[in-house]
Amino acid sequence: MSAIPTSPESHADGHDHDDHHGHGEHPFLAHHFDTPAQQFDSGKLGMWLFLATEVLFFGGLFAAYAVLRFKNPEVFAYSANYLDTIMGGINTCVLIASSLTMALAVRFAQTDKIKAMIVCLVLTFMGAIGFMVIKYFEYTHKIHDHLVWGPGFYTPPNEEVAMDVQTAPAEDVVAALPTFETAALAEASPVAAMYDMPPAEASVIAKAPVGPSGIADPAGEPVKAAAYPETAEEPAVKHLEDPRMPVGTHQFFAIYYAMTGLHGIHVVVGMIVIGWLIWKGLKGHFGSKYYTPVDLGGLYWHVVDLIWIFLFPLFYLIH
Amino acid sequence: MSAMHDQHAHADGEVHPLVGHLVPIRTLVLTGLTLLFLTVVTVAVRYVDVGEFNIVIALAVAVVKAVLVVLVFMHLLWDRPFNSLVLLGSIVFVVLLVGIAMTDTHMYRPSLYNGNAKTVQETLDSDAPYAPIAEDVTTGPIGS
Repeated sequence: MSAIPTSPESHADGHDHDDHHGHGEHPFLAHHFDTPAQQFDSGKLGMWLFLATEVLFFGGLFAAYAVLRFKNPEVFAYSANYLDTIMGGINTCVLIASSLTMALAVRFAQTDKIKAMIVCLVLTFMGAIGFMVIKYFEYTHKIHDHLVWGPGFYTPPNEEVAMDVQTAPAEDVVAALPTFETAALAEASPVAAMYDMPPAEASVIAKAPVGPSGIADPAGEPVKAAAYPETAEEPAVKHLEDPRMPVGTHQFFAIYYAMTGLHGIHVVVGMIVIGWLIWKGLKGHFGSKYYTPVDLGGLYWHVVDLIWIFLFPLFYLIH
Repeated sequence: MSAMHDQHAHADGEVHPLVGHLVPIRTLVLTGLTLLFLTVVTVAVRYVDVGEFNIVIALAVAVVKAVLVVLVFMHLLWDRPFNSLVLLGSIVFVVLLVGIAMTDTHMYRPSLYNGNAKTVQETLDSDAPYAPIAEDVTTGPIGS
């Protein structure tokens, strides 16, 4: 290949555009590339190197998942019941469908069907929005039920009461309590003290579970954990009342939010990329002679789909 | 737009790209439908109890789906082999990472006790008094 790429001999393919950008007949060919094929291959290789780092990026989280699940199989078996398999399944289908429309968009860009390309890109974008909307409903539902990472997992699900206790001065909370020996408890944890109040005064709050961490009531009898039918498929919504909840259940939600959250960020980035492709496509920047951005954006979007293909069984399909 | 690219029109009347491989629409759509079908299969298997094989089946289906996406949607089947090598390289290192971490976890499992570590439990005691506590914290290692 000639080191002086502008020589007409190196492009003896019959093109005769009166174009003075780049390499004459190839307006999109950058100066540092010999041929469009070389430019295309370089771009693809660069994208694949980036995607390899993405695989390694998520690989760390997959390793964390593997260790956590291996050490606490009962936590994963139990917690999976709080995830909605149907919602996750719908999201999988939405993402696969958007992956298909993305692949079709590349195909239409290659064959100069620009209108069809725009339609497919818009469909892909809508798939991304659909995915995020379903994810939003899943997240808000879990956050509402305090199915979150860290100590928040163990605070009572009634946010209103918890908020009142947090904002009220400690003396007021203690003063509002009955006269039995709750002062020390209240000092340690105002919420704990409110949990221990007789039903008449604290009827809106769920009782603490029985066990070594359970708190005795004023009469000295242990607080009974909510009765739970052994035959039921789904655990009680208020996980704090469920005596079957294993130790360290919050770890499941920590890794769940870490992995699906990072994936969600990638979906948002994908939306920005696809939005940019639509914008440039509408301005007529892409066609059979130059569609590399559509192709590379598509590769990124397929990796987002690829990661979800593994996240779905690992979180939503635990038997 | 199309007039500008007339020189790319081939005998089949279809415009061909300057670079890259053209995947038939039929192939793309069939791949997409196969992926959707496999998703339905893997969800259905979740409701059948086959013990430890549940996760094996779920991950096997996921691998098949991933291979389809990579080969067809991501054009690796027709791409330069070096791109496949880059992807395989990253997968090899992820497998090494997960594999070694799992081996380590397995090795030290007998020396682990139930329950939370002391500092973790202290944090839970002050911040989350409703966290369950393993009853056999002091009775001995798991599996003993």
